[in-house]
Amino acid sequence: MFNGLAAIVYKETRHVLRDPRTLFLMLLLPCLELTMFGYAVNLDIKHIPTVVYDLDGRNSARELVEAYVNSGYFRIVDHVASDDALNREIVAGHAKVGIKISPDYTDRILEGKSAEVQVFIDGSDSTSALQALNTSNAIGMLTSMRIVGKSMGGTPVMTIDTRNRVLFNPDMRTANFMVPGLVGVILQVVVMLLTAFAIVREKEQGTLEQLMVTPVSRLGLILGKLVPFGVIGIFEATSVLTLMRFLFHVPIAGSLLLLAGFTLVFLFTTLSLGLLISTFAENQIQALQLSFLVLLPSFLLSGFMFPQETMPQIIYYIGQAVPVTYFLRVLRGIILRDAGFWDLWQNGAVLAGMGVFVILLASMRFRKTLK
Amino acid sequence: MAVNNFEDRPVIIHADQVSRRFGNFTAVDHVSLDVLEGDIFGFLGPNGSGKTTLMRILCGLLRPTGGHATVLGKDVYADSEAVKRSIGYMSQQFSLYKDLSVMENLRFYAGIYGIPRRERVARMEEVIEIVGITDHRKKLAGNLSGGWKQRLALACALVHRPRLMFLDEPTAGIDPVARRDLWNLLFDLAGRGVTFFVTTHYMDEAERCSHIGYIYYSKLIVYGTPAELKLLPDVTPKGAERLEVRVPNVAASMRTLNTFDYVLDATIFADVLHVLAEQGCTRRLIADLEAGGFPGAEAKPIPATLEDVFVTLTRQRALERAQEQANV
Ligand SMILES: Nc1ncnc2c1ncn2[C@@H]1O[C@H](COP(=O)(O)OP(=O)(O)O)[C@@H](O)[C@H]1O
Ligand SMILES: [Mg+2]
Repeated sequence: MFNGLAAIVYKETRHVLRDPRTLFLMLLLPCLELTMFGYAVNLDIKHIPTVVYDLDGRNSARELVEAYVNSGYFRIVDHVASDDALNREIVAGHAKVGIKISPDYTDRILEGKSAEVQVFIDGSDSTSALQALNTSNAIGMLTSMRIVGKSMGGTPVMTIDTRNRVLFNPDMRTANFMVPGLVGVILQVVVMLLTAFAIVREKEQGTLEQLMVTPVSRLGLILGKLVPFGVIGIFEATSVLTLMRFLFHVPIAGSLLLLAGFTLVFLFTTLSLGLLISTFAENQIQALQLSFLVLLPSFLLSGFMFPQETMPQIIYYIGQAVPVTYFLRVLRGIILRDAGFWDLWQNGAVLAGMGVFVILLASMRFRKTLK
Repeated sequence: MAVNNFEDRPVIIHADQVSRRFGNFTAVDHVSLDVLEGDIFGFLGPNGSGKTTLMRILCGLLRPTGGHATVLGKDVYADSEAVKRSIGYMSQQFSLYKDLSVMENLRFYAGIYGIPRRERVARMEEVIEIVGITDHRKKLAGNLSGGWKQRLALACALVHRPRLMFLDEPTAGIDPVARRDLWNLLFDLAGRGVTFFVTTHYMDEAERCSHIGYIYYSKLIVYGTPAELKLLPDVTPKGAERLEVRVPNVAASMRTLNTFDYVLDATIFADVLHVLAEQGCTRRLIADLEAGGFPGAEAKPIPATLEDVFVTLTRQRALERAQEQANV
């Protein structure tokens, strides 16, 4: 059943070692991708450039501006002296937020009336706009309450004290959430393409025809291709995880051993998918096109970019069919929440099941005859 | 019009009405043939006539859509894995791993064919010795010259000591010396009892085969030993003989020759003409040529060459095909 397995492993290993440049690229590429995308997806928006048009200029007004700066989300880039100037700063893109404090701000507070502060937000960058809006509202609330408290004499009071506590990623760093996801998605891309090309290249070069007239078994050939690429996959996984830990400073809360175990299962599934693709494709272009059928849902529907909970049902189910969905749960579980084996085993089981199914399908589809 | 051999050597390849269609197109059309042990069977035919397709069927690579065939007693389709274990195959294009060395390629095939680890080195040395590639062991297969590439491919196909070798145009695109060397190697192996099924374009190679089949537009037109084919009545019809005519201006004189009513056919072979003419017209031919402005011609009777055989049969078949198509 496994006839020829050892010979195929031997040959594939020779191919890889013969060409150290390609090997180096295969290991470097996922690291480059992780670095590039890792910085790109960093959604924490801090120090939004802000201009201030302070018509009041007294203490209370300055305290308000300070409250903005102290929140960490705003950085005052300039003070302006007219509505026009404020507008121009935003249009020119020098600032994304403009704070205009009315001349009677201090007076109205002292009189116990509501004081007016206008905050202009550049909506053309929706992510920072949202951040600015939320923070600004919160600052408004907090400052009001402090003032109300003061005016009632003594300590500020709160009617309802909701103490939200974010577990597991207390700083709400997007990197901690996104980069483990990226690790999964990048491994999926790189490892699958690598293997998809492995058999297709032999088709193109005519060496597969020669192999087909030998007694090599189908499973021997398929698994023989899988083993060496699996080893490369392990190196790639290790390097991107190392990068995640030390370049993006994402701490790994859970067990490294468990992480390694699940990663192996995921690699197996991904390699099998690559091999299945190579049984459909006649050349590398076709292999690439077919890969996109898996890669697009891996990016969009796996929960990597958008939460799966909000997806329409059918889209949700497509998302459940891509292996990386389960691996993302495992990655986030182990890395962020210190989840244990029993919390995650179902994801591992689905991955393993998918892998076995796909590899059997691939070796069944692979015929030792021509068409 | 198969020429039958009634010999008691074992039948190695037996094809019975084998056909293969690709959609509406028939690439191999009811081909029947037998190859006996020790034969070097040369399979000839123009490009696209179906040689590779038949060879692939016999190797268990392609399913026949009609008829059946056995190789070494096993059905090529139903029992293709058994067939694959005992044959060697060299495909038309070079299909070893160019980025692996000679030894690495050999080691790979030795492994694939499941040669026990203990015997592997000895077996590799054996085929290296046979094909004489000793000095190139370390070279990458991709860096070998054409002739050496073919020898390496042969070595890889021999490593499991097959009783039958299929070689698809093994000498296409290699230089004449390498070509001759390769054929000597084939004879050497045939002497050790290996049976060969070889496709080729070259007439001189065909002459060296023990048996020949000629396929034209998917149909096997004829097969037998070269000597048998040359004596086929269709090749030299009753009352006709073949002459070699030596004359200074072959091209121009051929046009004149073709106007003589006792000349059935004329073909240029380098600086001489091969003429198929009615028997006993030699003198008349020389005289008529002189009258036509070509003095000093010499003519002598010759036996048919294989090329004569194929040219004549092809012309006949082309005529028949044209008539069939006209009738449809
Ligand atoms: N897989 C295929 N699909 C369709 N047509 C094919 C296929 N393989 C071969 N043919 C056609 O069959 C004919 C015979 O091809 P082939 O056996 O390769 O000829 P030869 O080897 O004599 O040059 C050609 O016309 C070729 O185009
Ligand atoms: Mg051919």
